[in-house]
Amino acid sequence: MVRLEDVSEEERKILMSLPCPSFETSPWVGGPPLNQRRLAIITTAGLHTRDDRPFQIDPNDYYRVIPGDVQPNDLVMSHLAASFDRSGFQRDWNVVFPLDRLREMEKEGIIGSLADFHYSVSSAHRPEEFEVCSAEIAGLLKKDKVDAALLLPV
Amino acid sequence: MGVLSHYLEENGVPTTGISLVRPHTETIKPPRALWVSFQMGHPLGAPDDPAFQSRVLLAVLKLLEAPGPPPVLADFPEDEPENDEITVLACPVNFARSAPDTGETDPLQTAFRREVTAMRPWYDMAVKKRKRTTVGVSGIPLEELGDFIYALSRGEEPENPAKDTPLVYTLKYAVEDLKSYYIEGITAQPGQSSASSKVLQDWFWEETVAGKVLLELKKVCEASDDKTMNMVGAHFVVPGDVARRH
Repeated sequence: MVRLEDVSEEERKILMSLPCPSFETSPWVGGPPLNQRRLAIITTAGLHTRDDRPFQIDPNDYYRVIPGDVQPNDLVMSHLAASFDRSGFQRDWNVVFPLDRLREMEKEGIIGSLADFHYSVSSAHRPEEFEVCSAEIAGLLKKDKVDAALLLPV
Repeated sequence: MGVLSHYLEENGVPTTGISLVRPHTETIKPPRALWVSFQMGHPLGAPDDPAFQSRVLLAVLKLLEAPGPPPVLADFPEDEPENDEITVLACPVNFARSAPDTGETDPLQTAFRREVTAMRPWYDMAVKKRKRTTVGVSGIPLEELGDFIYALSRGEEPENPAKDTPLVYTLKYAVEDLKSYYIEGITAQPGQSSASSKVLQDWFWEETVAGKVLLELKKVCEASDDKTMNMVGAHFVVPGDVARRH
């Protein structure tokens, strides 16, 4: 994966049947060069800190907050799906949440800085339901002076 | 992910992201995306390959400097590095899935308990080596995890140790804890740290007693009167491709 020709026909059918909206607008926000940007991760991998609540199917529950100083053993995964490989994350958190790599890039001056908080968004919602939660997270990111959100699926 | 990207950008936050399923991204048209050919669950590619991960990251972040116009959809030119060596995984002690007739009243449970216990030194080694574990979401102590899952797979309703969590979710978290325990452990064994995810999945589901117990658990969940339990059994215990093989 994820070359569609490499997955089984059944999995391909499931993937292609997932709700996938299109939009009439194409929003675009510019910004400074990468080495001046402040970056946050937004993940849909069902990640959260070990002492936080695991994800469940709850129409009112959208995201968990991951502190910027999180350490590898702090982070666990409670995504409900069984269809994606977890062995990468089990061996190396950077496969899903590349904070070590980003910390290196910050040190090397490739990116400006890392946010105080990252966000883990529940994938147990229909796409259109993310509109309100995204506005809330956007507000929080702006308060954190984030001008680069890196979105990472599983 | 592309939907979130669209909405965040609409609310004034510049975004870039990984695309795993290109046709989805072509439809949603997020402002910036880097399609990668990697398997689901690996947005940054292979584990323990910092140089590769950095190349992926740099490629996706550089899209923030693209002049536009949106949508910007680029393809990452490399495939995920995979270990070409043929790895044969084996439990520390091989308890055949057809449990030996030892005169036990429940030979499958006996074999499961032995296997879980036999994995423990390798799991402990994994935690020591990596200084982390992904086990622990269910809140069930490792010493009790196997018996909790086994009881569920026999259609029993064991006491839920997570008082604020419905049993069906504790079940799901316990299932993932068990899989993590095995995968973290087996990949700590000599020469097996870079086993491919396919080798690991085939080993877990075809060779271990734990895999057999989870296949039984799936059937029990699907036969339950509880709708959420049915859904968890149908989709969230065993991967679809594995379920179709059995």
